[in-house]
Amino acid sequence: MTDTAQSPGGFALGRRILPLALLSPAVIVTLAIVFFPMAQTAWMSLHEYILFRPNDFDFIGLENFMAALADEVFWISLWHTVIWIFLTIPAQLLLGLVTALILNQNFPWRPIARALIIIPWALPSVVIALMWVWMYDSNYGIINDTLLRLDIINAAVPWLANPDTALYAIILTLTWQGFPFFAVMILAALQSIPKSYYEAAAIDGASRWNQFRHITLPGISGVLVTAVLLRTIWVANSIDVIYVMTGGGPGYATYTLPLYAFVKARANLDFGYGSALAVMFTLMLMGLVVVYLTRVGKALR
Amino acid sequence: MMVAKRSVVRRILTVDLPMLAILAFTLGPYLWMFITSITQESRLFTTGPSVIGATLDNYRQLFEKVGFLSNMLDSLIIAGGTVVVGLTVSVTAAYAFSRFSFPGRRALLLQFLVINMFPIVLLILPLFVLMRVLGLLDTHLALIIANSTIAIPFSVWMMTSYMNGIPRSLDEAAMTDGCTRLGALVRVVLPLCVPGIIATGIYIFITAWNEYLYALTLGGRSVRPITVAVQTLIGEYEIRWGLLTAGGIVGAMPATVLFLIVQRRLISGLTQGAVKG
Repeated sequence: MTDTAQSPGGFALGRRILPLALLSPAVIVTLAIVFFPMAQTAWMSLHEYILFRPNDFDFIGLENFMAALADEVFWISLWHTVIWIFLTIPAQLLLGLVTALILNQNFPWRPIARALIIIPWALPSVVIALMWVWMYDSNYGIINDTLLRLDIINAAVPWLANPDTALYAIILTLTWQGFPFFAVMILAALQSIPKSYYEAAAIDGASRWNQFRHITLPGISGVLVTAVLLRTIWVANSIDVIYVMTGGGPGYATYTLPLYAFVKARANLDFGYGSALAVMFTLMLMGLVVVYLTRVGKALR
Repeated sequence: MMVAKRSVVRRILTVDLPMLAILAFTLGPYLWMFITSITQESRLFTTGPSVIGATLDNYRQLFEKVGFLSNMLDSLIIAGGTVVVGLTVSVTAAYAFSRFSFPGRRALLLQFLVINMFPIVLLILPLFVLMRVLGLLDTHLALIIANSTIAIPFSVWMMTSYMNGIPRSLDEAAMTDGCTRLGALVRVVLPLCVPGIIATGIYIFITAWNEYLYALTLGGRSVRPITVAVQTLIGEYEIRWGLLTAGGIVGAMPATVLFLIVQRRLISGLTQGAVKG
């Protein structure tokens, strides 16, 4: 009873300070290693800053941003980012939904299937990228080999070296990596729908499809929206798989906006321009982030 | 009898077979990588990968010639360090979030959530500049700090949701018995949190072990975690797929095994947060 035994004033002060004291390590550390560096990115984006000329740090206002808008590669990368999101997310969602619906049935080996399905999610993205590069290989890859044997193609296709197929090949890899997340999230939501709803519907003679439309979909719609938002943000941000698989090539065929920012800074050491690209991309993503945060914020209330 | 039989057939057609197909898609690439890694280099390009005449040559080379063990050690130090940093600063914060109401609580909690939504490029560039100024480039510490940017927000959220599940009446009872607030945290809440702490710690470990872009940018020469090491196999030896896939299997092993061990608890924790969201 130590803190309640004190005077009302001391008690209130203690109650007010203690949570702040408990929070301070996490807050201070994140300020130092997250928010301060982010502010620095914004600051760098307003400067001409090329790393091999470290003494030149000239303030140029919004010139980097203007340069980006006039940069053809910026628009190519932006377009790829749009394709990237609008193909990957629906593919992950659909495959995840089907997987979750199956995992929600009763069959003897369900626990094993549920555990194994998540494996892609636990693998390092470098390993994922490399094993898919190996499968896509134009000389010895299993994908070309299989398609040739099945007579679907006449000659081996260099999936990752061909500008027309490279982006889609990577999208398939990303779908493979990300659909288990959807499956697991949707499965959790499915299991929270009371069985009695389905029993009642079955008694009333509702078809399977109608049960799905009027019970299952409404029951999981909240999770679907949350998962889509969350995944969209992650997929938009993720560059490691692309970077390892093609490095953005051939040409600019697999550049996405964050990848362009990264390559600009890493290969050209142009940190000013790279920062400007990163800031622009973040601002575009902000809309989604705000929607997501409002949803979570409401639930916290 | 007939009905039962027909329903089993039906189940196999609509559930078991589709599930098998999805699992084949999920595990196929991984198995293919494994089979490649145990195929003799000379046979890889003639007869293709196969389990016949399996050999561990690639793995032996990986450790004897490439020195994979020291890469694994680097990864272990970095991932372990990140776990320690991530857990220590987040446990007290999670306690504050779960037990007190104070002005700005929601905003602060959301602030931790938003961190993980920023693109990594936004952080990677200034962190590189920062580490260069501090002379920390190519050290374990730099990578522990960088990985903490991901680990801290995540574990604050995970631990808060875990602590919310522990009844407040337990702390209150302890305080009635003469514990201080901190005493209640250390003696009552923490011991009950051990499963949550372990799950969070393992998740941090997996993420830090798997991390690639920070490792590539802030490390690379003397500190070369496993993800970077696997990737550099491409350049140094042309593309020796046998060696490379062996590296992939070894690199993925610790995270995969840990994941399978804790997957149930981890998934319920992760989805709980998301379903609530």
